Amino acid sequence: MQKMLNEEIQNQLRQVFAEMKEDVTMVLFTQEGECYSCEETMGLLEEVEQLSDKIHLKKFDLNKDVEEAKKYNIEMVPSFVLLNSQGEYQGVKFNGIPAGHEINSFIPALLEMSGVKQDVPADFAQRIAKIDKPVNIKVFVTLSCPHCPGAVQKAHVLAMLNKNIEGEMIEAQTFTDLSNKFNVSGVPKIVINDKYEMVGNQPIEEFLAQIEAM
Amino acid sequence: MSFNFNFNINETKKAVKLINDTIYDLLVIGGGPAGLNAALYAKRKGLTTGIITQRIGGQLLNTSSVDNYLGISQVSGEELSEKYLSHLKELDVGILEEAEVTIVEKIDKLFNTTLKDGTIFQSKTLLLATGSAPRKLEVPGEVEFSNRGVAYCAICDAPLFKDKNVIIAGGGNSAVEAAIDVAKFATQVTLVHRSQLRADQILIDHMMNQSNITVFLQTQILQIVGDDKMTGVNVLNKETSQERVIEADGIFIEIGNLPSNVLVKDLVTLNLQGEVVVDEKNMTSLSGLYAAGDVTQMPYKQIVIAVADGAKAALAANEYINQNF
Repeated sequence: MQKMLNEEIQNQLRQVFAEMKEDVTMVLFTQEGECYSCEETMGLLEEVEQLSDKIHLKKFDLNKDVEEAKKYNIEMVPSFVLLNSQGEYQGVKFNGIPAGHEINSFIPALLEMSGVKQDVPADFAQRIAKIDKPVNIKVFVTLSCPHCPGAVQKAHVLAMLNKNIEGEMIEAQTFTDLSNKFNVSGVPKIVINDKYEMVGNQPIEEFLAQIEAM
Repeated sequence: MSFNFNFNINETKKAVKLINDTIYDLLVIGGGPAGLNAALYAKRKGLTTGIITQRIGGQLLNTSSVDNYLGISQVSGEELSEKYLSHLKELDVGILEEAEVTIVEKIDKLFNTTLKDGTIFQSKTLLLATGSAPRKLEVPGEVEFSNRGVAYCAICDAPLFKDKNVIIAGGGNSAVEAAIDVAKFATQVTLVHRSQLRADQILIDHMMNQSNITVFLQTQILQIVGDDKMTGVNVLNKETSQERVIEADGIFIEIGNLPSNVLVKDLVTLNLQGEVVVDEKNMTSLSGLYAAGDVTQMPYKQIVIAVADGAKAALAANEYINQNF
């Protein structure tokens, strides 16, 4: 297979990754046989692993490594999660390849997981810390959508700030059945706990208002 | 299968923050071409300046390809927006993103700009560069089927209509571009417009070359119909006065824009279209309050024109500050 990332992007990424503080592990699930973009996602993650000695990759098969898949609620492929330096899952998940514009949610997630924290206003941080029920945030995206990475980033930041929250990117074209189930005809589409829907790159405030109202 | 990567290094680089215990020379509301270029010019004039915006790039982000910007033969809207932003970050222009302004007022000689979270910023001059938002068709079914078939961002949502039938409403450049973008995924694209096409000929030629695009002119959309999701539109052929249904799974509405004037509509003079009226130096009817870009009465809404308008407004604001402070 051809390289996924060209030289220019590789160099840019090396620079960006130089800021990483702690180690991050990407845990990837694929499967043998029919799988849209499994090979490419593995290729991408393997290349990214090569760009920083702080980035590590573990590879599993959804059907063979059932126990591992269960740990991170993986039900479809390709799918991967990020673990912090202690090897803990903090609810940051990507379903489908984060190519196109979604590279811009993938790279910030790696940085953030390594300890390069974004500033979250103090009052938001307090409200996020108070959330005490399980929250799953699905963000449906397409790879040609410039607004989508912003919504994915917010779901991931929320997840990293509270262990009750899981944030997952879902590439709509890869997972058409799931997209149809949630009537995705405009992206980014945000679905919280499979029930509450919002469309567009919503501010953190809107995520919080929705979660607090549940 | 091949994937490209639109890596955007700006996402990881931080801009200078805005501070609210100072009086800015110029604050810009809006992060599209007009607002960004105004901040650039203001900064280079030595003004303290900052941008408050929901998102950097504005409508540029919804433009798949910019082909008539002098010196750059072809660039995506997002790439151009990135170039703008890098330029501003080099100059340490303060930027506040994801911020919604709720109130703008002039108290004595100063402007107070209040955000949704209650933060207030003060400035000697203020530039409104809030642009415009997609105009709605305003037919029955549009709200009901919003995001269940009715869409407004062709480059974002086109892939969701793979192997489906899609209608494009509109006859300008954005409609024709949307038809071309969506035709890459959809089985059949039908462009419906109530009068004649007014897009650039080069785009029309490109569209006509696509075998899966059909065009109906002099055709008015009366209603969007469906059950769970939209299933089609009712249209009226204005020449024959006949009504019929065009079946489709989705519709992209690309019928132009309305000026985003809500912050100043009770503060300054607007024209009949709701556009902010400015003088030749981009000042509104309230002294010290400037406007630039698509929110104003400036004709021909183009990126290059908005950019130039922003420059003009910043230079004029500099002049105003010299005379009044």
